[in-house]
Amino acid sequence: MSAFQEILRSNEAAILSGWLSEMATGTRRNDLMNDTDLKTQATELLRLFADASQDSSDVQSEAFSATRSFLKEVARGRMERGFSPAETAMFVLSMKQPVFNALRDSLKGDPTSLISEIWVSGNLIDKLSLLTVDSAIGLREQTISRQQEEMLELSTPVVKLWEGVLALPLIGTLDSARTQVVMESLLSAIVETNSQVAIIDITGVPTVDTLVAQHLIKTITAARLMGADCYLSGIRPAIAQTIVHLGIDLTDIQTKAKLSDAFALALQRMGKTVTTVKAAATSNAKVKEA
Amino acid sequence: MALKSETFPIASSNDVVRVRQTARSWASELKFSLVDQTKFVTATSELARNTLEHGGGGSMTAEMVENGPRKGIKLTFRDEGPGIANIELALRDGYTTGSGMGLGLSGSKRLVNEFDIQSEPGRGTVVSILRWK
Amino acid sequence: MDRIPILKVGDCLLVTIQVDMHDELAMSLQEDLTAQIAKYASRGVLIDISSLEIVDSFIGRMLANIAAMSRVLDAQTVLTGMQPAVAITLVELGMSLPGIKTALNVERGMELLREYMGQNTESDEADGSEE
Repeated sequence: MSAFQEILRSNEAAILSGWLSEMATGTRRNDLMNDTDLKTQATELLRLFADASQDSSDVQSEAFSATRSFLKEVARGRMERGFSPAETAMFVLSMKQPVFNALRDSLKGDPTSLISEIWVSGNLIDKLSLLTVDSAIGLREQTISRQQEEMLELSTPVVKLWEGVLALPLIGTLDSARTQVVMESLLSAIVETNSQVAIIDITGVPTVDTLVAQHLIKTITAARLMGADCYLSGIRPAIAQTIVHLGIDLTDIQTKAKLSDAFALALQRMGKTVTTVKAAATSNAKVKEA
Repeated sequence: MALKSETFPIASSNDVVRVRQTARSWASELKFSLVDQTKFVTATSELARNTLEHGGGGSMTAEMVENGPRKGIKLTFRDEGPGIANIELALRDGYTTGSGMGLGLSGSKRLVNEFDIQSEPGRGTVVSILRWK
Repeated sequence: MDRIPILKVGDCLLVTIQVDMHDELAMSLQEDLTAQIAKYASRGVLIDISSLEIVDSFIGRMLANIAAMSRVLDAQTVLTGMQPAVAITLVELGMSLPGIKTALNVERGMELLREYMGQNTESDEADGSEE
């Protein structure tokens, strides 16, 4: 069993100050973290490291679980403050130089032990810094996927045009993932609002290829199975050409060039009509009575 | 790497129901979205029924698997029935052998992430499907 | 063996499928419905599947069969309450159930049925055919 833990403990102050000055030269980022916090974290890590490595040389073992949790927190804190994953890992790596210095000074007369302790401790520090980088990167990926989800939701609003008529104005390109989300939000909206007609408007969709067309057709078929009619509007001449060119069959689907036409059709379908109100005569009569 | 594994017999229509319910509860355990759950359980139903009707009965082995951070469910349907002579034909949309197997295979394939089928006339059939969370 | 209850509502039959049906139950539903349409000379059949979380190709075919058989017996069928996840899955399976009328819920379904039954009665009268 190695002895470097003792050396770590008895040289704690020296190692800490060496560590902090290491970081000062490298990726200090004191815009993101002050010295006191840094010192507290370094002290904690040094102690955890010394304790854990007493019992085990495997960073994945139970002995290191407190250290691992601590490093996860360190990574989280730093990522939130805006450190990069590499900068976060440097925090752990900068421990090496001062630890080596302490070992060298203590084991001067015993080269064999010195080499073996340097190896063991260095190896452990490397592994711990890898763990830290992994945590940091994992957190970044989580943020990215959360943001992607939010973007998807924002870009697929379902609008109620009238009692029983929904519109889904699509903007931007439609890929597989987005179309799934679109389909699901439209269909749930149909159920929630008890709507009989849904109009999918593709004025804002730049291109329609076979895949996109298939997705749209699937959405419309699903809406029909549920008991709602689905119209497609906003088909620009260029898109109409592409659709014919690609041999896409839209015969079962009601299409309109303009959203307004589709809306008129929807109202008709629901047995509603728009009339002009004869306002002038009635309001004059009311005024006279008053 | 399999996290857990269980095998169920498919010898009656009640077994088909049981197997569907197992697929549903495992999918629910992994917190699949509602649509993914529905797709997965429906594919299970199709294949279980094929095993019973075309394969003369057999079994389904369910395994919860993981690949790095993601988890999934793999189902393998086995039977010692007549087998399928022309797999490619059977996987084509709308194809049916008269026993109504038509939509089962090609449809199920679209409902899952990974699909594999091994079959030879007289040697039975093994179909496995996998859905990741 | 359980059978799925069929309710008679005027000259319509109403069925609510709530359980995860095994094949025999589905087949007996098909038989029972056909028998009752004939017995009561029903003009409309409403099948509510708002509680069905799974509709596979077997059930899909059963529903299509019921609609076809009813039509032969001069009754109109309406399917109501299909859940979005079920609709998405059926479409992915390749089943679009053509020829089956659908409605969002039982209320709409009954309205739809009355419309269709009303139309048929009118055209009978226009024909001058006797009943």
